Amino acid sequence: MLDFIARRLIAIIPVLGVVAVFVFLMLRLTPGDPAAVIAGDNATSDQIADIRNKLGLDEPIWTQFAIWIGNVLQGNFGESFFFKKTVAELIAQRVEPTLALAICTLVFAVSISVPIGVMAAYRQGSLIDKAVMGFSVLGFSVPGFVIGYCLIYVFAIELGWLPVQGYVRIGVNFWQFAERMVLPSLTLSVGFVALISRITRASVLEVLNEDYIRTARAKGLSNRVVLMRHALRNAAVPILTVIGLGIAILIGGAVVTESVFGLPGLGRLTVEAVLSRDFPTIQTVILLFSVVYVVINLLIDISYTLFDPRIRY
Amino acid sequence: MFSFRKSALAIVAAASVGGLIAAAPAQAQTLKVVMHSDVKILDPIWTTAYIQRNHGYMVWDTLFAMDEKFDVKPQMVEKYDVSADKLTWTFTLRDGLEWHDGKPVTAEDCVASIKRWAARDSMGQKMMASAEGLEVVDAKTFKLKMKEPYGLVLQSLGKPSSNVPFMMPKKTAETDPMQQIKLEDVIGSGPFVFKGDEWKPGEKIVYVKNTKYKPRSEPANGLAGGKVVKVDRVEWIAMPDIQTQVGALQNGEIDMIESPGHDLLPLLAKDKNIKLVSFNPTGNQYTFRFNSTAKPFDNAKIRHAVFVAFAQEDFLKATIGDPQWFKVCKAPFVCGTPLATDAGMADVLNGNAAKAKQLLTEAGYDGTPIVLMHSTDLQVLTNLAPVAKAQLERAGFKVDMVSMDWQTLVARRVKKDPPNAGGWHAFLTSWVAADILNPVMAGFFNASCDKAMFGWPCDATIEKFRDQFAKETDPAKQKQIVEDLQKYWVNHPTHINVGQWYAPLARRANIDGNLTAPVPVFWNVTKK
Repeated sequence: MLDFIARRLIAIIPVLGVVAVFVFLMLRLTPGDPAAVIAGDNATSDQIADIRNKLGLDEPIWTQFAIWIGNVLQGNFGESFFFKKTVAELIAQRVEPTLALAICTLVFAVSISVPIGVMAAYRQGSLIDKAVMGFSVLGFSVPGFVIGYCLIYVFAIELGWLPVQGYVRIGVNFWQFAERMVLPSLTLSVGFVALISRITRASVLEVLNEDYIRTARAKGLSNRVVLMRHALRNAAVPILTVIGLGIAILIGGAVVTESVFGLPGLGRLTVEAVLSRDFPTIQTVILLFSVVYVVINLLIDISYTLFDPRIRY
Repeated sequence: MFSFRKSALAIVAAASVGGLIAAAPAQAQTLKVVMHSDVKILDPIWTTAYIQRNHGYMVWDTLFAMDEKFDVKPQMVEKYDVSADKLTWTFTLRDGLEWHDGKPVTAEDCVASIKRWAARDSMGQKMMASAEGLEVVDAKTFKLKMKEPYGLVLQSLGKPSSNVPFMMPKKTAETDPMQQIKLEDVIGSGPFVFKGDEWKPGEKIVYVKNTKYKPRSEPANGLAGGKVVKVDRVEWIAMPDIQTQVGALQNGEIDMIESPGHDLLPLLAKDKNIKLVSFNPTGNQYTFRFNSTAKPFDNAKIRHAVFVAFAQEDFLKATIGDPQWFKVCKAPFVCGTPLATDAGMADVLNGNAAKAKQLLTEAGYDGTPIVLMHSTDLQVLTNLAPVAKAQLERAGFKVDMVSMDWQTLVARRVKKDPPNAGGWHAFLTSWVAADILNPVMAGFFNASCDKAMFGWPCDATIEKFRDQFAKETDPAKQKQIVEDLQKYWVNHPTHINVGQWYAPLARRANIDGNLTAPVPVFWNVTKK
């Protein structure tokens, strides 16, 4: 197992290398000039050229890459072109809202989608099954921002139960933190619930036809025990895989959800950095997202062994 | 129904009854505002972006300031005089001016600040080009010595919009003008103190009342007069989504939106808890900018044909919609300001496609497609380029409209490449009226070839008029120069003004006191 983990961790290095080169080149080759953005509307060409020079953007592209990658290898992710702060500081400030949103969404999504997926499989063809599948199609089809605006209109503006926007750090006031997390997490959960419940239903359905389920029933075990201990556990591997893949959806969804609900997280930092062509920030955030994605999928792979003893690394 | 808010209140109430929570001091009066953008850069001299200008007015003070009637009045300056030969200006600072760290404001600070500002600002550069130098006389007095009489000294030092000559401590003002000042150097002498420890880019920026600030005795008037702060704290909340901003205002989570977007104004107007306030009566001006170096716009007659072809109302209806928030105005120096005039404008901006066609034929237009850059992500600009395309095509131009986001346009407009190889022929933008009050201030009138703004018009006659205007000290003669310039410029346009528009702010009904000024400022604002 340790050997497997070590190999997987080493495999992250080339992945990150490819991501670094790709992101760097994409940013340099797509239109947009941070110096012109910084200089503002009234700036002259000379002023823009001066700023470009100060930022090192007039160096050849490979020189810029070598400087950046050299600094990254020393743990220096550079300074934002716009904020007078290091990128590491900026990310540290923004990580909590995104982490909170991701955890709340995962908790919401898994605690709703797995039970309804199991129920849909167990009652295949029933009204519950059709409702779950119908919701699933809806969840895939409706964009996150539309769901967000609808939830804001109903629960914040019309009913006044929850705030429209904003973020309060968990250490400052837990209740204010919690009430500000409900609508964004629900919004982001919808697509996730649709995905996981569908896969759960399909996996459990497949398992329910296995001989060992028939044997378990023949032993006189209750439906709950058959479903939870025998069926769900054996159906867990594909569900976990989808949850892992869903992290990518979650990262993408956070970009929109954080904008709609005014959460100052990494998603919004990414949007702001892209719109203002803040190269050091974009590069570092994308690298960070890649690391998170790879590590979470590694953890998912390791967790397979908990559910299926046949899997050994 | 379960409510987090109710549950929280119940717990707090129970805790209070049990004596768990000590009596809190009276709550500070906090104004929560969503501005048009988040503050990412703290140095208002390093960039000309309007959000940094607004941030500057919170923290720093100015030597002079412009009132509602566009008159320049002393602000940090107690008294000033100019010598009989109009070559030496002497300025004396008010008593009691103090930086936020408690040190006194000195003449040395002001001299260093003017030098740094003038290194970045086009109006400052022009003034200092005519200056012999700045000289500190004593702790409160300094002199500006000119090589020749210069008519825009006060207008330059009282410039209301970007770059504003904000006064900074000498140590800060000695920062390389091409570098940003440091976070710890955001120390001004203005009416609010920046809270560096609470600044979270992308979340909020916080200012608290400068309790040591000594406002002028005159009542607040535009950007001039006494800057009396009537709230304890102002928070600018970063909230990029306009729909969310409106929801938050309706829900009472914020007190004000600086720029709520025209399509949502009818919704806000219906809400009895919200008021729409037009704080900037001269508003903004839409502008069509030529690349005067690229064929066929290197030909003045073809540029004039565009002037003849355009009609402002179509642009304004397509972008703003409600006539309450726009004005057809031919005056390039903005209707409602001292230099506004229609001189020379009778035959242009009437949407005369037939006349434009005739001019194109006379000028020998060869059918070169006009590369028109179309920005698609800023709501107030998005519909301008399609209108321009339609009006140009009606006049006989071929148009290649290229859509892109604003930052791509910003990057492309500084390129001098041929239009069909990454360059451009034209684009549309918007100016705050306070930036274009005279031909020296208005950047698009600068026709000094490579030193001009993107578009690089090269016209010695326009430059001659601008120099005359700058050196003229008699306002009546200045106005005559503007009229003469305008008559010439109509036939040799560097850009075209395609309409004036206004953007009200939206505030909760318990907020009052927003001043009529070209910049949203927060002194005088009350919260009941």
